[in-house]
Amino acid sequence: MADEPIVLGIETSCDETGVGIVRGHTLLADTIASSMDEHARFGGVVPEVASRAHLDAMAPTVDSALAKAGLKFSDIDAIAVTAGPGLAGALLVGVAAAKAYSVGLGVPLYGVNHLAAHVAVDQLEHGPLPEPCMALLVSGGHSSLLLVPDVTREVISLGSTVDDAAGEAFDKVARVLGLPFPGGPHIDRAAREGRGDAIPFPRGKVDDGTLDFSFSGLKTAVARYVEKQGDSVSVSDVAASFQEAVVDVLTRKALQACRAHGVEDLLIGGGVAANSRLRALAQERCDAAGVRLRVPRPGLCTDNGAMVAALGSNLVAAGAAPSLLDIPADSSMPITTVSV
Amino acid sequence: MLVLAFDTATPAVTAAVHDGTRVLAESTTIDARRHGELLAPAIETVLREAGVTVHDVTAVVAGAGPGPYTGLRVGLITARALSTTLGVPAYGICTLDAIAYAADVPGPFTVITDARRKELFWATYADGSTRLDGPRVDKPADVPAQGTVVGARLYLDGVTGPEHPSAGSLAALAAVELARLSPEEAAAAAKLPEGRIDSVEAAQNRAILGPPVPIYLRRPDAQIPGAPKKVTA
Repeated sequence: MADEPIVLGIETSCDETGVGIVRGHTLLADTIASSMDEHARFGGVVPEVASRAHLDAMAPTVDSALAKAGLKFSDIDAIAVTAGPGLAGALLVGVAAAKAYSVGLGVPLYGVNHLAAHVAVDQLEHGPLPEPCMALLVSGGHSSLLLVPDVTREVISLGSTVDDAAGEAFDKVARVLGLPFPGGPHIDRAAREGRGDAIPFPRGKVDDGTLDFSFSGLKTAVARYVEKQGDSVSVSDVAASFQEAVVDVLTRKALQACRAHGVEDLLIGGGVAANSRLRALAQERCDAAGVRLRVPRPGLCTDNGAMVAALGSNLVAAGAAPSLLDIPADSSMPITTVSV
Repeated sequence: MLVLAFDTATPAVTAAVHDGTRVLAESTTIDARRHGELLAPAIETVLREAGVTVHDVTAVVAGAGPGPYTGLRVGLITARALSTTLGVPAYGICTLDAIAYAADVPGPFTVITDARRKELFWATYADGSTRLDGPRVDKPADVPAQGTVVGARLYLDGVTGPEHPSAGSLAALAAVELARLSPEEAAAAAKLPEGRIDSVEAAQNRAILGPPVPIYLRRPDAQIPGAPKKVTA
């Protein structure tokens, strides 16, 4: 509908400066500036490097999103921004920018939860969210199973990692194998030449009766195996077997959660959702269990501004109260807080 | 002329509106940990108290530091975002210059602010609008303090004058510079450089009125990792 509100969303919780623009749940623009190249030599995201890059990238990224959408500032009806969780200094650049855009344009501000935004983004591709739905969010910073009765109001955490995030395990194993940072895409590629059942790596917490994850022991098991094999190690078999261990646990627990709560729709988001084996195994197991699977395209799984705009659009439509100008950036915002 | 100025490079979160002749409204809150929460409401407050709207603003000025980075960026990103939405230029002024301009002490004198890690940001001045050396960051014992020392009550003895920057002084200094510069010079002063300019030399060579670019003076703390740790004996 042409009269649906136009929402500009800002995401700076990690190393991507993301700006998205939606009209209702129609995606008009999704622009990203990434500082990943600056972090690669450090083997991980350096918070101060990310924050400096956000300051420089923010206004140009907003300008290019507007240009891509063919809009002017005066067309924007609301600003949404990731208020947490994430890197404190990085979040603050986005939150301060969003407040200034809100003041300068005289439009309402919505500070939103990064994880809820990862759920909301799927509406841009696959339409309204089933209520409730189950969400598996897996990235370099998060590994969570969420029950989502209503993405604007109620998101319930059923389980999360007790140590490393899944994406973090990919990065660390990539380093052990001599593959570049970020590890996810490189392990995915190497794994295609290897056998997922070649090495029986441990499945942490798989049968412990909780919906929590653990990937730290797996990472150490891989490092031990690689050291023991020395030069004769098969990188592709290690990559495939490690990847299989991760996605086996992720999908098993996600379907356990669906069964336990009688939920028939599973949504997967976050950077690790770009992994080809996770997508394939999730589809196979969902089909077998009679669960509908929704996974946004990879560009919407990794951090982006469109997901923030999408959740902002839900909040506007639901008549939620806008955020005040004194909201903090909350690096450890709980998932129970969808908006602030 | 209507200048909206603010500074978040020290524990003070300060905002002011200046009409080219005088400060119409000013607000200062001391809270080193809440720059992100305090700045936008302070801007709304000073605009309201000055009896103007944000659309009346003709120039935005932010303190460019040096200062602790997380707080410093709040002011600079606010200036840049307001500039693009309002279609007015945004400028940066060295925070130490703003303190010097408000100092009212005979030259030469030295301005210091807290750089954390037991260090000080400092600059020396011949008078309120002529910087001799700095901005730099050093251990207190290595600061070549000249004359009266103004600013943060830290490490050095007998520090006097304004402890923190005031946005009113920042705005007044900007108004003086804007009145002095031709429109072309003023436009050039606001222009953001291509790429990131964060060298110590660039900070020292800044004109009083420059683009809203942060003065960091330190590189990010990050170590390039060595080989992964062994996990087997």
